[in-house]
Amino acid sequence: MNATRYSMPGPDTELIDKLLLEQIDEGSRVIDLGCGDGRLLGRLQSERNCRVLGVELGEAEVTAVIGRGLPVIRADLDQGLGDIPDDSFDTAVLSQTLQQVHSPTTVLREMLRVAFRALVVVPNFGHWRVRLNVIQHGRAPVTDALPYEWYDTPNLHVCSMHDIRDLVEQLGMTVVREIPIIGGQPVENAWWANLRADSALYLLERASE
Amino acid sequence: MLRTCTRGRSPWVLGSPVIERARRPGRRVPVWGLPRPGQAAEADRRTVWRVGRSVVESMAIEVSATDPPDDGSVGIVETRMVQLFEPPASLTLAGGGRLDSVTVAFETYGTLSPERDNAIFICHALTGDAHAAGRRNSESDSLGWWNGFVGPGKGLDTDRYFVICANVLGGCQGTAGPGDSPPGSDRPWGLEFPFITVDDMVSVHAALVEHLGIEKLLAVIGGSLGGMQVLEWAARFPDTLGSAIVLASGDKLTARGIAFNAIGRRAILVDPNFNDGNYYETGEVPRFGLGLARMVAHLTYLSEASIEMKFGRRLQEGDRFAYDLARETEFQVESYLHYQGKRFVERFDANSYLYLTRAMDYFDLAATHGSLPEALGRTDARYLVVSYSTDWLFPTSQSREVVSAMVDAGRDTTFLEFESPYGHDAFLIEHDQLAGVVTPFLEQTLESQRGSG
Repeated sequence: MNATRYSMPGPDTELIDKLLLEQIDEGSRVIDLGCGDGRLLGRLQSERNCRVLGVELGEAEVTAVIGRGLPVIRADLDQGLGDIPDDSFDTAVLSQTLQQVHSPTTVLREMLRVAFRALVVVPNFGHWRVRLNVIQHGRAPVTDALPYEWYDTPNLHVCSMHDIRDLVEQLGMTVVREIPIIGGQPVENAWWANLRADSALYLLERASE
Repeated sequence: MLRTCTRGRSPWVLGSPVIERARRPGRRVPVWGLPRPGQAAEADRRTVWRVGRSVVESMAIEVSATDPPDDGSVGIVETRMVQLFEPPASLTLAGGGRLDSVTVAFETYGTLSPERDNAIFICHALTGDAHAAGRRNSESDSLGWWNGFVGPGKGLDTDRYFVICANVLGGCQGTAGPGDSPPGSDRPWGLEFPFITVDDMVSVHAALVEHLGIEKLLAVIGGSLGGMQVLEWAARFPDTLGSAIVLASGDKLTARGIAFNAIGRRAILVDPNFNDGNYYETGEVPRFGLGLARMVAHLTYLSEASIEMKFGRRLQEGDRFAYDLARETEFQVESYLHYQGKRFVERFDANSYLYLTRAMDYFDLAATHGSLPEALGRTDARYLVVSYSTDWLFPTSQSREVVSAMVDAGRDTTFLEFESPYGHDAFLIEHDQLAGVVTPFLEQTLESQRGSG
């Protein structure tokens, strides 16, 4: 019954990891929230010489991170990052996870408490085919990589690039960079990004005082 | 150096390794407690498991008389003794006292690598001893207190690592303590034994490691009071360890923890047999006080869930009240605590209990070293901190404080809270769960040490 429904392309982890790596300074301190099995952390440590820490809820994932020889804290992002002192990192990374937490505002605030900069990658549900799909079929969108029905999905929030902009502004944060990912390519300053991008990367900083 | 307290030694530490015992066929097994998930089936198969309707009855269960030749342990082990701090070198204690010629009881398992880089030191908890793994002899039932976690292919894999465990200073299982006599005397110290602290325990451990010719340990690991020693070790001897593994512990004991220790000490001090700590000659030890201390303390090691699971309100015999106040063990939980107290008195010295609980009360890592980040930031060791969801003696919040300080100090820090119904005792019971993280953690630590070395 999904045959005619548009599936958003799943997050291209390789592309996104590469994009994230490019944004992170050599030798800096990085905390990866929802780090999964520690794939990105491993690359940050070996390729960028970063001092890293992962935060992950799943026990199997945590064990996998330990198996990579990387530090990890088992925690639920929705409970805040109470264990992590203010400013203990340069960059906080949240890749493909913001739409999955109960309180995106809490998580974003926490990111910019523990680090000066935040890198956030979110899927863009403002893509024109998603919109068309809703108009044509009147059904909620699903993705290839996360083929979840609306009633059984980790994606608790559906947001577009415009929505993210609004939220970030409301929280008093500055968007330093916005890189839409269109057809598997990062395209900075793209026209009609909110219609064309499958996902987008944001580099956020605390608003200057 | 006759010790009154080492007679009738049993591997019961905090009451938990009994599960380990129950899993092993071939001997008279007192059976307590509930199996953890996955364990029940195995135990049932071996027919040694029974959560008895009557605790007394289940205590008397006998199983077949032969031991399997290979029980998966490190085999038969021997506790060795060494004299450290021989004059003119003496041990200056944090409390101001001094000790010359300190006897240390220790055991080792596995083989030290030619590079001497695979040694792991276990710091035991309040009432533990050097006998962490293996058996004392082929006939005794004295498995080490952490036998489920230390051995071939286990969490601390003795096929790969050289594992050391020593009795703490002030203890009564071989290392110098109040039950020993001062040099040149045959009268035990009693309360004349100098005041000792966690710092002092660690000083002695570190001296033993040096004596064994090991410059840098791969890991120091310990739970509860053992975890405190690990933290102190990282602060005091930062260059001597590659990793620090802290289980169900904290940087200090909570007020409630001190309160429970106070009750235990009070029970000992008011026992008519205590006699200001001079009971060694009379042979009449303060068994009621020490037993009561153990009953209270034991309760703090269990969670509400585990005690409900184990006993609930079940009665020892039948299902009717006796309406008889003289019957002190009518409920199963009463019987269990009485039994714990009784067994403890057979193997532990009341004076040691006073000294060690006080050392635990006094421990305060931040106060000793300025601040937690300062204490924990001196070492390049990797940290692994584990807490348990139902531990109320050392709640997860305490571990989180320690972890926060480690992150603040920019240390390589891994932290997990495990779900377990077993309360504080979980680190002595949930071996597979713990091994799941300790095994890869140690492998990676060894690899990085070898890589950088």
